Amino acid sequence: MKVLIQITVNGEIKQAAVETNTTLTQFLREDLELTGTKHGCGLGDCGACTVLLDGKPVNSCLVLAVQAAGREVLTIEGLAENGKLHPIQQAFVDHGAIQCGFCTPGMILSAKALLDANPRPTEQEIRTAISGNLCRCTGYQKIVEAITAASKALQETEVS
Amino acid sequence: MSTFSVLNTRAPRVDSPAKATGQAKYADDLSMPGMLYAAILQSPLAHAKILHIDTSKAKKLPGVKGVITAKEAGLVRYGVSPARYDETLFAWDKVRYVGDEIAAVAAVDQATAQEALELIKVDYEELPAVFDMFEAMKEGAPQIHDAFPGNLNAEVHQEFGDTEAALAGCDLVMDHTFLNKKQDAAFIEPHSCIAHMGLDGRLTLYTATQVPHYVMRTVAMVLQIPVGDVRVVKPYVGGGFGPKSEATPLEMSCALLAKITGKPVKMTYSREQVFLHCRARHQFYAEMSLGVMKDGTMVALRNKAILDGGAYTSFGIATVYYAGSLLGGPYKLKAMKYDGYRAYTNKPACGAQRGHGGVAHRAAFEQLLDMTAEKLGIDPIEMRLKNIMTTGDVTINELDMSSLGMKECIEAVRDGSDWVSKKGKLPKGKGIGMACGFFVSGAGYPIYRSDTYHSTVVIKVSEDGGTVNVLTGSAEIGQGSDTAMAMIAAETLGIPLSAVRITSGDTDLSVDLGAYSSRQTLMTGHATKEAAEHVRKQIVEVLAETLECDPDSITFTDGIVKFNGQPGNFEKIRTRYIKEHRGWTDPPGGEYLTFKEAARHAFLERGTLVGTGKYKPPRLGGSYKGAAVGTSPAYGCSAQVVEVSVDLETGEITVDDMTDAHDCGLAVNKTQVEGQMHGSLSMGLGECLFEEVKFDSRGRILNASLGEYRIPTALDMPNVKTIIVESNEPNGPYGAKEVGEGAIMPTIPAILNAIYDATGVRVNELPVSSERLYMALRKKQEEA
Repeated sequence: MKVLIQITVNGEIKQAAVETNTTLTQFLREDLELTGTKHGCGLGDCGACTVLLDGKPVNSCLVLAVQAAGREVLTIEGLAENGKLHPIQQAFVDHGAIQCGFCTPGMILSAKALLDANPRPTEQEIRTAISGNLCRCTGYQKIVEAITAASKALQETEVS
Repeated sequence: MSTFSVLNTRAPRVDSPAKATGQAKYADDLSMPGMLYAAILQSPLAHAKILHIDTSKAKKLPGVKGVITAKEAGLVRYGVSPARYDETLFAWDKVRYVGDEIAAVAAVDQATAQEALELIKVDYEELPAVFDMFEAMKEGAPQIHDAFPGNLNAEVHQEFGDTEAALAGCDLVMDHTFLNKKQDAAFIEPHSCIAHMGLDGRLTLYTATQVPHYVMRTVAMVLQIPVGDVRVVKPYVGGGFGPKSEATPLEMSCALLAKITGKPVKMTYSREQVFLHCRARHQFYAEMSLGVMKDGTMVALRNKAILDGGAYTSFGIATVYYAGSLLGGPYKLKAMKYDGYRAYTNKPACGAQRGHGGVAHRAAFEQLLDMTAEKLGIDPIEMRLKNIMTTGDVTINELDMSSLGMKECIEAVRDGSDWVSKKGKLPKGKGIGMACGFFVSGAGYPIYRSDTYHSTVVIKVSEDGGTVNVLTGSAEIGQGSDTAMAMIAAETLGIPLSAVRITSGDTDLSVDLGAYSSRQTLMTGHATKEAAEHVRKQIVEVLAETLECDPDSITFTDGIVKFNGQPGNFEKIRTRYIKEHRGWTDPPGGEYLTFKEAARHAFLERGTLVGTGKYKPPRLGGSYKGAAVGTSPAYGCSAQVVEVSVDLETGEITVDDMTDAHDCGLAVNKTQVEGQMHGSLSMGLGECLFEEVKFDSRGRILNASLGEYRIPTALDMPNVKTIIVESNEPNGPYGAKEVGEGAIMPTIPAILNAIYDATGVRVNELPVSSERLYMALRKKQEEA
């Protein structure tokens, strides 16, 4: 049986009738066609489906769409504004932090959650924050460098 | 100083903005109107006769649009190497592993497709199964394929020089055995495909593959439709590392269901299915003996390999050859003997994974080398330098090291890690180790016997002259080939990278064998360079005709045209350009003619400008049996130093530092070269310390998830010092060669040698879990 839900996704209110067993990943990818949220394992192991739910990173494959009702979801599609990359996205591009790119959306959103809560993280804090996001291509080093650079860039933006 | 404008820089990847914003579409992100969802029925038993398959109930389920078994699919045998086509799309007489494919269905939604699978009734007669490679080769073991008695899938016997005589003459012969474990490549994107057949009978597949070309050929062969009627398009791919280098039952099922239903059909493997399909690194058992002289000169190597192949061949023939051939270097040997055996077992088939065939035997050999150096009282780095090959050397098995910065790599990691002040001087529980390795820069021969070009490229210039489109069938799978090709095209044409667009991964565009054996930078790179030169030549010809000047006087640099290094008198062309672009906001100005004006003028004179390029390697290697495997136009090489801390109470290992030097010829893109080095080290670290696909007593995978099959996280990886060593590879475009696989070769043995240095314990079985090391430490204590 379908349930009518309302979720704010990337700042826009979305209404839909969903099955109660529909995951947030499925809802975003299939109902809203926001395919930037990746499906890597379906078990909460890989972190590719990470989105921000009320600002906190969650594996959207482990959240039911009905659980997200009435809440705010940020996906990778909601980060760039007016065609301009968010400083974290720009840092990932500039520092070679992207290879195959499949972990990238989740990785960037985990980084955003970290920097929102802790604007000047240490390297260890960065590594801990992305430890639930698996990447098989990069060995993480350039991702850590990118998040460090993004942290600085965001602080400079705030100062200016 | 670099003489390049675009190459050898740190240009951001051309695809990274799309990937950073979620705009990049991977196969599972695609959908089509009226699309059906497919699912595959896989065997729950490891070895069983199929007595009967009843699909009638599944067919009657509302929403089911197609059900296929071997009856519909036929029994065309396929595989990777034509010498061992031992698979059919669906099992028909028996199943050979838990996961063997039996049937597939297409339905209006995923839930219906899954429900239909449950309605397919298969009657089995269970057979005795064998899961261990040593057991499989024993007399009386269950037979998995009738055509291969003793479950012997392949055997290799090669000898160069008289190994026994050479060993007899050595001052010291050291023996070593080594066992790794079956791997999973653990790419984050599961396999996914959408197939569609138009009313014209032409089939298109959008699929997550490393090899659109081979998928096209295999699908055409299995479905028995002409190759020309199959188009394979590779969207963005979320990593491959080897196992996506062959056509899958997923792709062929989608294709056949699309043919039968007339609708687009999509399927994506679950993570468990990725583990079941496998095709990743084999389990290898290595037994080797190294003979040396007192002064550390290496003389002879005797090497034996046993490989656990799983139920089918996949890439396995090449794998078993590589385990021997890739020990021909980078050290000079006077004799080498290799005996390799690949056994069938009732497990998922193993295939190619990063460092194909070479990684486990390299690990064994580099440990043996350290053991020998210790016995002789020689520093392991000195021992390696004493025996190292240099540019121009040919290995005893006839691999031509046309460039080889191995010595420079060793010196770079020695100095970069401060080896001299650390080796033998670290406190208890801390250790330092090193190792070397090399890998092919593109297989010298295609998988099927053919005189085909390995790569062709088409470059098409937009009619306004401002954009150059590189069209190639090559496969960007995350390694950065699109960026590398765009950079090679830009450099060759003398235009900025921003003026180049790349369209790739589509069999309609060109022939390219794909992303495996670290081949694209060299091979597709050559074809791209030649295509760009072809375009350039045409524009130069038109300019020379129009301006009545010497074609040799014309150069293109950074989008600017120069005549004998000067602006020249190009008024005629600029006036023409401006006349037909009245009202446009970007009239060309400046002192020099632009490439855009020149290319527009050439279009007006000759029509659409198209350049083509092609590459195939010259005939390579020796004439002995199996000489083709291991041949390559060039070889990349790597040296690494690893430092570890070991908790001597618990056996817990922390990798503190890794220093890696790789000779990639010319580094086309330095950031991407480092990225390949980092990724190789990470995969090697995982394989060394954590990774093992485990099975229960009935052949079922116990850890088919990324939670239980542990790959390195950000907390497991140390920061790595990467040193790019650049040689000039004569057979590479602009001197470039591989980095993607050579860089993983030394990682495992460097860690193992560091663990030995820290503990005095030599571990000869992977993964080196805390438990395994703890037990080894305890055994050593008990012995002492």
